[in-house]
Amino acid sequence: MLAAIARRVGRRLVSSVPALFGVVVITFVLMRVLPGDPAVFFASGPSAGQAEIEALRHKMGLDQPLPVQLLHYLGDIATGDLGRSLTTGQKVTQDIGRKLPASLELTFTALAIALSLSVPLGVLAALRPGSPVDHAVRMLCTLGVCVPTFVSGLLLIYAFYYLLGWAPDPTARIDIFASTPPEITGFYLVDFALARDWEGWSAAARQLLLPAFTMALFVLAPLARMTRASMLAVMGSDFIRAARSLGLPGYRIVVAYALRNALLPVLTITGIVFSTMLGANVLVEKVFSWPGVASYALDALLASDYAPVQAFVLLMAFIFVVVNVAIDVLYGIIDPRVSVE
Amino acid sequence: MTAPLLQVEDLHVSFSTRQGVVQALRGVSFSLGAGQTLGIVGESGSGKSVTSLAVMRLLDRAGRITQGRVLFRGQDVTRLGRSDLRELRGAAMSMIFQNPRAALNPIRTVEQQIVDVLRAHRSMSVRQARAEALDLLRAVLIHDPESRLAAYPAELSGGMCQRVMIAMAMACKPALLIADEPTTGLDVTTQKAVMDLLAGLTAERGMAMILITHDLGLAARYCADIAVMQNGEIVERGPVAALFQSPRHDYTRMLVAASPRRDSTLADLAPGLPRPQAGARNDGVRVPGAGPLLELTHVRKSFPGPVHAVDDVSFVLPQGGALGLVGESGSGKTTLSRLICRLADVDGGEIIFQGQSISDMPARDFHRAPQRKLIQIVFQDPHDSLNPRFSAFDCIAHPLRRLEGMRDGAALEARVREAAGRAGLPEGLLERFPHQLSGGQKARVGIARAIAPRPKLLVLDEPTAALDVQVQAVILQLLDRLRREDDIGLLFVSHDLNVVRMLCDDLVVLKQGRIVEAGASAAVFANPQADYTRALLDAIPHFEPACHAERESVAL
Amino acid sequence: MMARPSLLRHVIYVLRSNKVTALASAGTLLLVAVALLAAWIAPYDPIASDVSHALQPPNAAHWAGTDQLGRDILSRILLAARLDLAIAVSAVGISFAVGAVIGGFCGYRGGRLDRWVGRIVDVLMAFPLFVLAMALVAALGNRVENIIIATAVINLPFYIRFARAEVNVRRNAGWVEAARACGDGPISVVLRFLLPNVLPAMAVQISLNLGWAILNAAGLSFIGLGVTAPTPEWGIMVAEGARFISTGKWWLVACPGLALMLTVLCFNLLGDGLRDILDPRMRT
Repeated sequence: MLAAIARRVGRRLVSSVPALFGVVVITFVLMRVLPGDPAVFFASGPSAGQAEIEALRHKMGLDQPLPVQLLHYLGDIATGDLGRSLTTGQKVTQDIGRKLPASLELTFTALAIALSLSVPLGVLAALRPGSPVDHAVRMLCTLGVCVPTFVSGLLLIYAFYYLLGWAPDPTARIDIFASTPPEITGFYLVDFALARDWEGWSAAARQLLLPAFTMALFVLAPLARMTRASMLAVMGSDFIRAARSLGLPGYRIVVAYALRNALLPVLTITGIVFSTMLGANVLVEKVFSWPGVASYALDALLASDYAPVQAFVLLMAFIFVVVNVAIDVLYGIIDPRVSVE
Repeated sequence: MTAPLLQVEDLHVSFSTRQGVVQALRGVSFSLGAGQTLGIVGESGSGKSVTSLAVMRLLDRAGRITQGRVLFRGQDVTRLGRSDLRELRGAAMSMIFQNPRAALNPIRTVEQQIVDVLRAHRSMSVRQARAEALDLLRAVLIHDPESRLAAYPAELSGGMCQRVMIAMAMACKPALLIADEPTTGLDVTTQKAVMDLLAGLTAERGMAMILITHDLGLAARYCADIAVMQNGEIVERGPVAALFQSPRHDYTRMLVAASPRRDSTLADLAPGLPRPQAGARNDGVRVPGAGPLLELTHVRKSFPGPVHAVDDVSFVLPQGGALGLVGESGSGKTTLSRLICRLADVDGGEIIFQGQSISDMPARDFHRAPQRKLIQIVFQDPHDSLNPRFSAFDCIAHPLRRLEGMRDGAALEARVREAAGRAGLPEGLLERFPHQLSGGQKARVGIARAIAPRPKLLVLDEPTAALDVQVQAVILQLLDRLRREDDIGLLFVSHDLNVVRMLCDDLVVLKQGRIVEAGASAAVFANPQADYTRALLDAIPHFEPACHAERESVAL
Repeated sequence: MMARPSLLRHVIYVLRSNKVTALASAGTLLLVAVALLAAWIAPYDPIASDVSHALQPPNAAHWAGTDQLGRDILSRILLAARLDLAIAVSAVGISFAVGAVIGGFCGYRGGRLDRWVGRIVDVLMAFPLFVLAMALVAALGNRVENIIIATAVINLPFYIRFARAEVNVRRNAGWVEAARACGDGPISVVLRFLLPNVLPAMAVQISLNLGWAILNAAGLSFIGLGVTAPTPEWGIMVAEGARFISTGKWWLVACPGLALMLTVLCFNLLGDGLRDILDPRMRT
């Protein structure tokens, strides 16, 4: 079993190499058409002379043919050199390494919230089609996809921070006067837990809750809708009728027979939902001043500092590919038909 | 007299649909004693499946029992609560379904599913249940039962899935088994093996069986009694022999007549229709002086994989002749028909039409070939073969516009009406869209479209497989008449040897892409040479009441 | 091909029997009318600032309140409708036209072309799409046209995939083979037979995508790409209002947000309704 899973992981990783290569090529092409000459930026200033810029161009390899430049670029990526940020003056890899945990913590918390709400809701709605629960869930699904995250996030701040005062000031991962946890994983919730600082943990959790909910609300609808639809389809399928004709107990039919089958399409759509969340990160991090990679990249983009932007785009694509491999492997474990080839 | 095992009294079922409430059953009553067998026969929509689902209380949400009782061992099933029902289902009465693969949970192993059933009704340990699961698989004669336990349904053939379903249905020794079209979708030879197994097991264990089928022959072979349903009512019920010898109801009479027997002719099937050219069929007599219309020499076609779809097939179809291609699914007959129509390319060999090779031109460009209009095809599923966005008129006019360059106008209209008329399609239906036509009407549109450009060769790919028997009879007669009156050569592709025999002078039997037997229909039928042909012939349902001595399964 | 009166009757029948679709259609019509007539029906000049009336909550004179420069929010919302709709409609139009044709031929032909297109689509889909749109706008330049192009590009893979899959399941349907037997070549089969049959399903997709495209465009301008101030645009208005939300000035965010939401809602509901109208099997 384990060997089969390992083989599957390997196979999927290998098969995602072309996609990753394509991602790199597209990023490279985008970088070439980005406005502005990188050499101009790297030159000492606007006063730099033409000769100085030419020298820099040569040094940076910008005067070589595009395929050669692409090779250099691939080499840079392979050695982990993604360039330097002009605004922070740091290596982009260092900046991102520091900010990535904040983004991932937010995204995964949001995904966990969304899944733990949408699956039960979808199942409930599907088991009683036409009931008030069903109508409520369908209405939620219809409305949920219509509210952009940046609006719902701001309105949540208005309600929970301004009106009710339950949420802390939406400006960072933790209150500026509170102490940060020891740097272990970079995930505050994990680090506080490891340090057994439960006060800090709850402060960090309170800070995290609002942005995570904002993001979860946005993807709740597609997940619940898919759960409901696939659960409805499975409940109407032949094998459920056959199971009923054989007198299997009701809970066994719903859980072991229907739900496990119905979760397969939900798993597939989770990949797409995750991609949406990576995109929504940009908006949510801006709304909540969350110090993650997305807001880092956004600041860089608005300051015409392109190295962080490229690195960010590459990183997002890479994370998405990895998550898809993980989902694919999970799928293979749940559904025997996939591993039968 | 003791009370019967199952007694259905005045059962009414209605479905609420978008169009309003539809009455599916209007007062169905019958009874069945322990150990008895009853066949319920009727065309699609007659309510036979609804009856079985209502007895098991398995109707979906839209369906409701509005009136009547279902007494099982004296207990009214329609009034049972959820938990009582659960105890009854699977333990006292169980059911097997059409399309066996879909009836099994795709992500649980065979063993887990059988164990689920056993443990739902009997208190036993998982170990005991596993041991019994193996015994059950042995009982349903699955090949290599030990290794099948760990298999998932997708790894089994359709026939094996049905055997697993039978094992599950029998696991708790119910007194009544309902089989709803248990062999539809299986190959003819598998069909017979599965039905023999089912009949043997129910007889051995003293179970009563209700067999729901559209196939009168099948019901006659395996059941003692037959009930005929039409429009939600049982119109006639009786012992098999009586029903066939002296059917009382008009509908039964038509159904009996339309079901082909080993000795029936086309004229027998639909007696009410006008005969084509007076006189009996003249088998073997060809149109004088005609050369071959179509000739295949060593035609090969393979798809990715080790097996050839079509392997070294050669035959000759004379001008105005009729040749039948017979085989089960996977025999390559549909691939062959697509090759001949030049919808796909051959990998080797030659197809010669009217003395000219047509297999050199790639299929992609064949739409420009002069032969395009001379070779036309009628497809298997009449619904699927019509563009949903074209009216019947446009469907029939399409080849005339494309192949003869005709423009809208009186001439085109005349040709369309002529073709429709020849295919027996009433003119009033020409403006309708496919979804507004019945199966038989759609089949006629398909035929009208194929004959509109006045082809010389008509390829018929199972044109009646999706139709009810009485519609099939009419369509077969129509094709026969077209052939005789217009001198069109017919290539008739079918899995049904008996139908082919009636329509075609010659036949070719295919198995896994190869010809196993070829010759004049009458001769092959009377004296088959290949074992495979014999097995196919043997699988044709007989009308004689089931003869228990015959029930040995055919191993293929 | 299709008799007009029967189509019209069918549309009326569907609208009558499905109130939600009727409402969504009315909403969409209203929206288009507002977008076209915004310049005439807007009560104030959307760009003229009036600092003496800044940050007023909704009142009789300003139904949606005023912003930090004293501009009338309602007028700005009305005028923004035109820009947002134009972006969404042209982006979705481009990706639909290009995607349907590419996807249709790939699905019908299969083979090497199909594999290559499939690979390119896979690569595009490997990017989180909003991030890709961001990068595209950054690369092409911070202009409205580029927002349209970026939105069209990130929609394109869906249309290609969708058309490809829909055509692929039909390519061996009897009526397609019949068309070939009647002498239709590949181009005619795809354009005259396959795509028209795929259209109903795609129309649903188009409608849903319009909503998504609007969200996307608004999102891009919210983070400062594409449309720039002082042009009225829903995303920018929300972005400007964001600064005042912690002090309880909710209308700066809520009003353009509501406009955005209602627009997307209309398109989404219309998508579901369209399926009923365009599916000929539903017509009786």
